[in-house]
Amino acid sequence: MSLASEAPKESFRLSMLIYDTRYRSYTIQVAVLVLLLAFLGWMTDNTIKNLAERGKDINFNFLWQRAGYDIDQQLIPYTNDSTHGRAAIIGLLNTLLIAFIGCIFATIVGVIAGVLRLSKNWLVARLMTVYVEIFRNVPLVLWIILIFVVFTETYPQPRDFRLTDEMVAAGEEPKESMILGAIAITNRGSNIPGPMLDRPLPTIEIATVPISLSAVAFLVVVAGSVLVNRRILARAKAIQEDTGLRPTTWWQSLLVLFAPAIALLMAMGFHLEYPEIKGFNFTGGIAVNHSFTALLVALILYTGAFIAEIVRGGILAISRGQTEAAYALGLRPGRTMNLVILPQALRVIIPPLISQFLNLTKNTSLGIAVSYLDLRGTLGGITMNQTGREMECMLLMMGIYLTISLLISSLMNIYNNSVKLKER
Amino acid sequence: MPDTAFVRSEMLPQQAPPITERGAVKWLRENLFSSPFNTVLTLIGLAVVFFLAQAALPWLMNSVWNATSLKECREIVWASAGPEATGACWALIRERWHQFLFGFYPADLYWRPVLALGLLLISLAPVLYYGLRKASVTLVGTVAALTLIALAMLDHDPTHLVIFALGLGGLTATAWVAPKRLLVLTVIYPLLGFWLLWGGSVWAPVGVAIGFALLVAVYLATKSYLGVVVATGAGFVVAAIWWLAVQTSVTTGLEAAMPLGMQAITSDQFGGFLLAFVIGVTAIGASLPIGILLALGRQSDMLLIKTLCVGFIEFVRGVPLITVLFTATLLLGYFLPPQTNFDVVLRVIILVTFFSAAYLAEVIRGGLAALPKGQYEAADALGLDYWQAQRLIVMPQALKVSIPGIVSTFIGLFKDTTLVAFVGLMDPLKGVTTIVRADTAWKGIYWEPYIFVGAIFFAVCFGMSRYSMYLEQKLKTDHR
Repeated sequence: MSLASEAPKESFRLSMLIYDTRYRSYTIQVAVLVLLLAFLGWMTDNTIKNLAERGKDINFNFLWQRAGYDIDQQLIPYTNDSTHGRAAIIGLLNTLLIAFIGCIFATIVGVIAGVLRLSKNWLVARLMTVYVEIFRNVPLVLWIILIFVVFTETYPQPRDFRLTDEMVAAGEEPKESMILGAIAITNRGSNIPGPMLDRPLPTIEIATVPISLSAVAFLVVVAGSVLVNRRILARAKAIQEDTGLRPTTWWQSLLVLFAPAIALLMAMGFHLEYPEIKGFNFTGGIAVNHSFTALLVALILYTGAFIAEIVRGGILAISRGQTEAAYALGLRPGRTMNLVILPQALRVIIPPLISQFLNLTKNTSLGIAVSYLDLRGTLGGITMNQTGREMECMLLMMGIYLTISLLISSLMNIYNNSVKLKER
Repeated sequence: MPDTAFVRSEMLPQQAPPITERGAVKWLRENLFSSPFNTVLTLIGLAVVFFLAQAALPWLMNSVWNATSLKECREIVWASAGPEATGACWALIRERWHQFLFGFYPADLYWRPVLALGLLLISLAPVLYYGLRKASVTLVGTVAALTLIALAMLDHDPTHLVIFALGLGGLTATAWVAPKRLLVLTVIYPLLGFWLLWGGSVWAPVGVAIGFALLVAVYLATKSYLGVVVATGAGFVVAAIWWLAVQTSVTTGLEAAMPLGMQAITSDQFGGFLLAFVIGVTAIGASLPIGILLALGRQSDMLLIKTLCVGFIEFVRGVPLITVLFTATLLLGYFLPPQTNFDVVLRVIILVTFFSAAYLAEVIRGGLAALPKGQYEAADALGLDYWQAQRLIVMPQALKVSIPGIVSTFIGLFKDTTLVAFVGLMDPLKGVTTIVRADTAWKGIYWEPYIFVGAIFFAVCFGMSRYSMYLEQKLKTDHR
């Protein structure tokens, strides 16, 4: 009997590169490498020739030149005298803003729709099925454009809100009035009340990015409250495990969570500023573009439909026996859901949920349909057209999107590893 | 004898259940009003339905189908249903349906896309309903009849109609007599469809077909002693030599000797759902094999291949489709030799194909991961080589598991064809609708065109997802 390891050692022949499985993979890899290098070389050569022909070079200096265009939604100060680089950052922040708000609300909508689709209530379950199927099977762009068009073409002009002296004299009301006296939706945009401080803390600038100390103080206070609240709960748990009696903590928690923040806000003179019609348009409060609203609403409803399916699938994936076992142990339905079903369902739900967040983030680039100035609209839109540097702008834009995606998916991997079934 | 006078000796007749436990009342109690919370939900649901119906029903009931402008529509509605009544103005669709469906394709040639669509569905029949004669004949027969009706409405020349009827009838007969023969149509359809849509000389697609024939011939001839990979490579080299060096001269010669062809159409005349279908169907067809190869490459033992596949997949999945489309129109020109200028629709199709191939690769990787290791070992134990094991054992099971994911990727791809509007193509949603809405006669119309376009997308995508459920059921082999 001879084992494979005792096979007679053959001398190497050239044909073994193809026929011998030990060497074939190297042959193939070398061939692929050669082809790849040749292809890359060919492309680089073409690019150099093409750039030379058009008299261009690869140069990122344009990022420090004056942009010269306005962006109507800006989270950090920007004027048309700012640089193209800053415009790109404004765009990136707009992308992230819509992605962040969108992810939160899409999750809420999706969880509600997914749970209701499983409800025993016939009517509600059917309605949710209709919602999910309609939104899943129609392109996202259609929803974005439709919502935008409905907003811009059906809502009244700002002047319809105006109350002139003649109207007061004649005892007439303006044609349109604000919703709850606070929100004004016109064909140009929406105006919502904005938070204002009478005695704000100073604003400092770090690397040309202004940072409001008021906001920082508020966040610090809230974070501190949450930490203290955790300590209270931990202590309550320790006492419960010691004595079997849980001390009443709800009023302590409420006090710790809300009192410091409210005190701080009152000290800084917090109030809401309502929009007011002045001249031909609304001022005051926060002006929200319809492009932002349309993109956000469409993204929330569209992604919410996908999340609903994920949630439904996750809950269905937990076998009925788990519920029954929990009931047999004497757990009430609410605790069954919290302690038995949800922890298991979340393991199924979270990975596809994160990939929906990823999709939502990438889909913010569809703001192009309603001219929303996100990263694609600034860096990959106006800046690219003004400077004519397609290559650099596209590279930068793809790089940034890729970084965001990789960041989110690496977070997902960390989470996945932490909730993975620990098999020993 | 014990005193048992109170024991009943016969059964009481069954009583009807109480009123709350039967019929509609029971159903209502159980399904709509089982608890206070459910009652609230039901009431909210009813309110939603009521408000939707209140807004939409009069609008739909007052629909106008014959008008030449939005103003005329409104006047008709007001005349019939009183002033300030709302009504849908489907007259827009009636007037512009051809733009929604065909873009700027020449009107006298509409029969070509119609026939191409009919033949597409017929050539899909043997794939979709493989081995099911009845379903496949039903599909082929229905499609053939509908295509014929559509052609009859577009082209009134009786001789043409007779030719079409004979051809489509022949296909239906083939589906009945020998369903598997229809696969021949499936194989030649890509080139046939291309020729029907773009027109031009018949010899160009024939030349391409000869290249593929060469590829297959070289592969079959050398496979037994070169191995699958090298034989495929050799086939590609021979075919590439034919396509790049020989084909043009041969086809020009043939064209000179025997000119056969149809009026050529340029890509910028394509638009509407014709464009969405061309991009969607081509990319769907081409992305599946590429996706499978990428998924296999990602699992490969060869480090270089694996790295390349992972890099490609992660890169493509990390960027939005719109940047990929911009690459197709703005950057591809830089990467190709100077003065190369190839069709923008073709560029978009190629990049969309690679885009969805990366997503498919991830879906299929999931299917491969779901396969127990024993399957691979069993294949090894049987002495199958890598490609045989993949073809006979691994892929049939992995693909079956990933059907839902594959189909939802396809649905996403079809919906994403609307994004080509942003690189200047006439997609049905943004391209055509914007043109239509810019017309002064129809200025201010918005629900109708979007509902029309959305309904067609919904029908196609919903159909695809239902088919995937059917396929899952059909292929289910586990006994649960």
